[in-house]
Amino acid sequence: MRVPLSWLREYVDIDLSVAEVAEILTNAGLEVESVEYLGLPGAELEWDRERIVLAQVLRVEQHPDADRLVLATVDYGAAEPKVAVTGAPNLFAYVGRGDLTELRLFAPYALEGATLYDGHKDGRVKAKLKGRPLRGIYNDSMLCSEKELGISEEHEGIILVRGDEIRAEEQGSRGAGERERADRGLPPAPPPPRPPALPAPGTPLQDVLGDAVLEIAILPNTARATSIIGVARELAALTAKPLRLPGYDVVAAAAGAGRPPIDQRVVITTDRPDLNPRFVALLIEGVQQIASPYWMQHRLRLAGQRPINVVVDISNYVMLEVGQPNHTFDYDVLRRRADGYAPDGPVRIHTRLPHPGETITTLDGAERKLEPYTILVTDPAGNLSIGGIMGGRESEIGPTTTNVLLEAASWDFINIRRSANALDLHTEAAYRFSRGVPPSLALLGAKRAAELLRLLAGGTIAPGIVDTYPDPAPPVVIDLDPVYARKLSGLDLPAGEIAALLRRLEFVVEPAGERLRVTAPDHRLDIEGPHDLVEEVCRLYGYDRIPSTLLADTLPPQRRNVALEREERLRDLLAQLGLQEVWTYRLTSAAREARLLPVGQPDDRPYVTLSNPPAPDRYAMRHSVLSSVLEVAAANSRHAPRIALFEIGAIYLGSEDGPLPDELPRLAIVMTGRRQVEDWTDGAPASFDFYDLKGILDALFATLHVPVTVEAAAHPSYRPGRCARLLVGQQVIGAMGELHPGVVKGFDVRAERDQAVLAADIDLQALLPLIPDSYRYTALPAYPPVREDLALVVDASLPASAVEAALRAAGGALLRDVALFDVYAGSQLPGGKKSLAYHLTFQAPDKTLTDADVSRQRGRILRLLEQQLGATLRG
Amino acid sequence: MLEELEQHYRQATAALAASEGREALAAWHRDTLGKKGSIYLLTRNLGALSAEERPAFGRRLNEIKAHLEADYDQRLAEAEAAALEAQMAAGALDVTLPGRRPAHGRLHITTRTLRDIYRIFGDMGFQVYRSPDVETDEMNFELLNFPPHHPAREMQDSFYTTTPGVILRTHTSAGQIRAMREYYPDPIRVVLPGMCYRNEQVTARSEMQFTQVELLAVGDDISFADLKGTLTDFARRLFGADRQTRFRASYFPFTEPSAEMDISCILCNGAGCSICKYTGWLEILGCGMVHPVVLRNGGYDPERYFGFAAGMGPERIAMLKYGIDDIRQFWANDLRFLEQF
Ligand SMILES: [Zn+2]
Repeated sequence: MRVPLSWLREYVDIDLSVAEVAEILTNAGLEVESVEYLGLPGAELEWDRERIVLAQVLRVEQHPDADRLVLATVDYGAAEPKVAVTGAPNLFAYVGRGDLTELRLFAPYALEGATLYDGHKDGRVKAKLKGRPLRGIYNDSMLCSEKELGISEEHEGIILVRGDEIRAEEQGSRGAGERERADRGLPPAPPPPRPPALPAPGTPLQDVLGDAVLEIAILPNTARATSIIGVARELAALTAKPLRLPGYDVVAAAAGAGRPPIDQRVVITTDRPDLNPRFVALLIEGVQQIASPYWMQHRLRLAGQRPINVVVDISNYVMLEVGQPNHTFDYDVLRRRADGYAPDGPVRIHTRLPHPGETITTLDGAERKLEPYTILVTDPAGNLSIGGIMGGRESEIGPTTTNVLLEAASWDFINIRRSANALDLHTEAAYRFSRGVPPSLALLGAKRAAELLRLLAGGTIAPGIVDTYPDPAPPVVIDLDPVYARKLSGLDLPAGEIAALLRRLEFVVEPAGERLRVTAPDHRLDIEGPHDLVEEVCRLYGYDRIPSTLLADTLPPQRRNVALEREERLRDLLAQLGLQEVWTYRLTSAAREARLLPVGQPDDRPYVTLSNPPAPDRYAMRHSVLSSVLEVAAANSRHAPRIALFEIGAIYLGSEDGPLPDELPRLAIVMTGRRQVEDWTDGAPASFDFYDLKGILDALFATLHVPVTVEAAAHPSYRPGRCARLLVGQQVIGAMGELHPGVVKGFDVRAERDQAVLAADIDLQALLPLIPDSYRYTALPAYPPVREDLALVVDASLPASAVEAALRAAGGALLRDVALFDVYAGSQLPGGKKSLAYHLTFQAPDKTLTDADVSRQRGRILRLLEQQLGATLRG
Repeated sequence: MLEELEQHYRQATAALAASEGREALAAWHRDTLGKKGSIYLLTRNLGALSAEERPAFGRRLNEIKAHLEADYDQRLAEAEAAALEAQMAAGALDVTLPGRRPAHGRLHITTRTLRDIYRIFGDMGFQVYRSPDVETDEMNFELLNFPPHHPAREMQDSFYTTTPGVILRTHTSAGQIRAMREYYPDPIRVVLPGMCYRNEQVTARSEMQFTQVELLAVGDDISFADLKGTLTDFARRLFGADRQTRFRASYFPFTEPSAEMDISCILCNGAGCSICKYTGWLEILGCGMVHPVVLRNGGYDPERYFGFAAGMGPERIAMLKYGIDDIRQFWANDLRFLEQF
């Protein structure tokens, strides 16, 4: 909502800076997102106070040597008038009319040295006004167009305004506003700061047309701030100033012959008072479609609306001012239609839901299909407009319209929202109605618009008002307990002060025992219960003045989150082991993930899929964390020589047990590229291979004290012969290995030749519960160890894990450690054999081992391994 | 004889001074003080002396030997020190050459930020409670007082799944009802972290996926003043002890009164700069007192119980803290970005 400060001042006195106003509104929930300045300091083009002033045009004469130039003599506040040479077409009409003083024509006037926008260039290009001869006459001043001042793009002529149109005059009486105040129990407002003196020639233009426009963000509960009066009411309450409402009285023509009252000419009914609670109409005849006064055009423009003509402008003006969108029908069109269904009867307007298949052609010319819940304004001849959203083409006012039926109605906001979204019609009216416009505003808005049509468009208001309001909304009455208010807010205010704060926002407050009986004003639709009243009290008191305290409430039972603790432990360990953590998108597609399985084997669990995906390849919640991490590895493989990544996160498997999927935590690791950062000392480091990943996992599980075993496995994602599954007991907890070249290619991981891409995919749902919180420590040995080396020749196909297991079993308690230090298979051995060399560490807990002890163990090991594995000592 | 001895002493001293380096010194020692050295040879002359002369000569000879040994030791020590100096000088390194950096891993910036948040609230008795990413419309919206078609729903554009009534959660507030129903009637202090999803254009400032941490406290003695104090403490611990906070009225369907909390700009300290758009304030989180409808939906009687809730974005916090200008970096996972933290 764009709120020009000068317009706001019409309803509330403001003795604060723009920044202070913005801060007060922002703190109270009407967030001022930005302030746009016109002409004032802070504007893109600041109007020089000395050199850009208001001038009165005294005389216009033809340039002696140029048909398309005139000489305008102006009074700009100096002792002597000055002559400006100009080509402004809207001055030509005054050539030769002599002294124009009585016409009181005013225009913005710039003197040499002033900076303006260049009117002849596209866009906004600043230029400094310099004196130069124009067809022989020296000129060093200029009458300005809107474009030159940055007001609009208009450059056809200069701004030329009658003095009384520069500023808003008192429009309509204030008496009605006072009655409104009295009805609400408010003290009378002080007289407005009027009448304003007509600005004198020489007044800096800043003081006449300069302004600051506040851009206020509208939240769902601040729909009341979609009008200037709504914002003024908040500001008045926040600054404890009175609110000046405009006159809501209409001066209707006297009823008489040939001018029957409106209720004999128009009848309004509805069959859905729930969707259309109120419908107010006035008839204004003899309207002239002229331009609206300059002050109104200027305000509309500042508020973001383009001025059209006085009828359209008044409709928009009242919507912005009061907050009540309204609609103007061409009454003669309605009457002509009525001649078809009731030649002697009144126009019959009826609101209803559409008939099956009914369409409407809206005023933008589009024929629109209607949802069954979209409410229409109709007559017996057909439909007229989409209620609260957009008018229909046929009954719209045109350039020749003179008799206007003015509609101001209220509509159910949810229904308007649904309809506007379904129609994709987001008009200013729909914007307001879909946030809630209180029924009380319909009458005020209708009267205000009618009166302005009378005053500014020369219309005559037919006697009477049609006001169809079958079930007036009851007032919202809430009992507020000051104790509740204190407990909720932490602010200890006496009941009297609470009442005073609420009254500033026009709540009616009466004491009711210990409590306060509060009646919400009819323009508030967001007040439902005592909590809403507490918010109002806090807002007006000032959130910043409420104390700050620390929780003193009972501390809840402290519960562990074991799964999270263990995940975080894993993260720490993996980072310590040299892996970089990543967080990835969880939306993917089946095709993206299928790249992980080059030989098929579809995943049999259903995906969670979106009905409104952000992109065709992001429509499903992932089944694989590894796939996500591989995408990251691929992207980094274009520049990073060393890639070692992990992610811990959920996968989402569609469930048959309920509407929600199983969300299962997984760990994925991807490694490729250089093992170390390359440096100048040792040349290029070696590349990651299978055993780098294996070593990380070995270290991880050892640190976690989870006894994971590894066995060779086949898996379509991995290279045959370089894949293993990870087990705890009989339970498979994951897979690891070198990825299949087809997978690497599918993900487009750019690995150098001979560089493997290693991956692991681990089920944390299975692993996490197996991590012990505690374990027993092993005492440090008191007696020295004896180290022996042993090289065994075994079948090449025998897994090393089998040899080590046999060694440990045969070595018994005295064999404290087994460490493989060499693997050899080659010409020095018979075919089909390999040699495994181990460091064996023998140690006894209770004595120093003798050579004989060790020799006995060694013999036993060799004997048993030969029996069990056919192993021989390498000679 | 004595005269000859003194002359010899002078000669030996001169020869010692002229000897440079350990080897020359060793040769001097051998030739002068060794078993066949010149001093030793002088003792042979003892027999030629009279009995009266002999003690004086012997005493002087021993004195001279001791002096020469001492001088020699000093010269040798100097020579060894000089040799060591020379050896070390030859081994000087270019200390400006880069070192060998071990490859090491790091946690993602989001993890680190989440942990900061957990730790601070953990100290105040809040524990982590996690709830699903794929949620029911009921948990995400309806029970949080967002009726169908309510304008508040348009504040958060949802991703809908093909299962009716199931969406990707738009905020971790969705876990509020789950926590309340699980813990009723205990008082509650939880942080609800997790991934959220909104159907928004992905730009430098907004993402379709982001993390969020929701804070929820429920009890019979919890007020808006407690909310202010708790969150101000949090802001000061996270962003520095001199941070000012500002609470301004706002709207969330599931809180009333509602507020936005701003902190004084961490870059300009409130003076105004481009980061804070010259307001001096940075928007950090939304918060408010739990709406009575939400308390009731969670099983807590709003006449007896009060609560507060707050929601914050770890990415936003990290962006402010480290001056990151593009939220997409959090999901792009470019190592050149991640390795800066
Ligand atoms: Zn700043």
